Amino acid sequence: MSESTTEVAGVDAERSWPLWEVFVRGKRGLAHTHVGSLHAPDAEMALRNGRDVYTRRQEGVSIWVVRADDITASSPDEKDSFFDPAADKIYRHPSFYDVPKDVEYL
Amino acid sequence: MYGNDVIDPNDPLNAAETESYDQARRHEDRRHEVGDDFDALIAADQRIEPRDAMPDKYRQTLIRQIAQHAHSEIIGMQPEGNWITRAPSLRRKAILTAKVQDEAGHGLYLYSATETLGIDRAELLDRLHNGTQKYSSIFNYPTLTWADNGAIGWLVDGAAIMNQVPLCRCSYGPYARAMIRVCKEESFHQRQGFEILWVLSRGTEAQRAMAQDAANRWWWPALMMFGPPDTGEAATGGHTAQSMAWGIKRFSNDDLRQKFVDMTAPQAQKLGLTLPDPELRWNEERGHWDFGQIDWDEFWRVLRGDGPCNAERVAHRRRAHEEGAWVREAANAYAAKHAEARESAA
Repeated sequence: MSESTTEVAGVDAERSWPLWEVFVRGKRGLAHTHVGSLHAPDAEMALRNGRDVYTRRQEGVSIWVVRADDITASSPDEKDSFFDPAADKIYRHPSFYDVPKDVEYL
Repeated sequence: MYGNDVIDPNDPLNAAETESYDQARRHEDRRHEVGDDFDALIAADQRIEPRDAMPDKYRQTLIRQIAQHAHSEIIGMQPEGNWITRAPSLRRKAILTAKVQDEAGHGLYLYSATETLGIDRAELLDRLHNGTQKYSSIFNYPTLTWADNGAIGWLVDGAAIMNQVPLCRCSYGPYARAMIRVCKEESFHQRQGFEILWVLSRGTEAQRAMAQDAANRWWWPALMMFGPPDTGEAATGGHTAQSMAWGIKRFSNDDLRQKFVDMTAPQAQKLGLTLPDPELRWNEERGHWDFGQIDWDEFWRVLRGDGPCNAERVAHRRRAHEEGAWVREAANAYAAKHAEARESAA
């Protein structure tokens, strides 16, 4: 593999450590929640550092780390046009419907 | 927070867990009605997030303030780190190690928050090492005896909490969220410090004297932690007004200092320690404790670099960074080797 494209931090040490976003599951049954970020040379170190930085007081039972570069996010500039399609579909909410008040379990 | 049910919710209140801390945690996002305009968001007490448009001076002010805060956390590891090998019992040693580790964690939260403003952590460390950015002057005082660890927890962390609880409501979202975490952890710091002094003050005469000596030396520097006065002769026309308008700062330096004195004076009585200020007395009329003049010459002297430990703190920090370089290089080499192995296997 002479044409490796994998980006691994080189001579410029820490400066080029990639950024990782850290997600922690507080307890079984809850979803993983974003808690912060950190720099680390690889996924394994990101996981270990994530444990030390974000779960020193038993805040979690599981951690995910994701390279920040691998996250595709919606842009705040396009917020309106991006989310607009949902705004005029109020019939997606149960409160839209007119039904008699005295019907149970509806 | 974070679903942590290890801490007893009925734990007594302390300086960090106050109504304003709870308010910050319950902060309500009303952005959908306020919109994305910076001034409108500030006026409506909403959070500014990293990708929002913001005035350049707001960004620069935050970079300076959060970086200085981050630097303070990691430089703050030194005075107490100095005592880890000499802690008087295994219990104290474990506590002190955990506390110093917390400070490193606080530094990390804050460097991460600063990076959301578009600056690199390595650049911030360079600025700390070459003296272009500062850290809190309090860490330029030495820890001469074991009791100093008590005084730092009780007074220095106590003062830090007073400063930090309002920052949980700071207008910049990543900073506010970092401070919520930090405050949660600071309350153990303050209580363990008080406990150290509580034990010493009921010990032998020599132990009691050691506690008193530590209180004598840390009291005035702790009051200086709130920064120069906002008004009057010693006022310097600093950043307070603009920072308050931007919702970065919530209370003036003098208001926070008074709150700290009001909290601490009764605690000193409980400890049986005398705070080194002959003018310290309860003022029934004001409903506050009066206190004496702060030596602002000392404050400026230490800030300019002429404190007991300025050179030592930065030299130690640089040495740790340089002598740790091989660890970072080894981690890089390991990551590179495994990435190559994965590529070959693919």
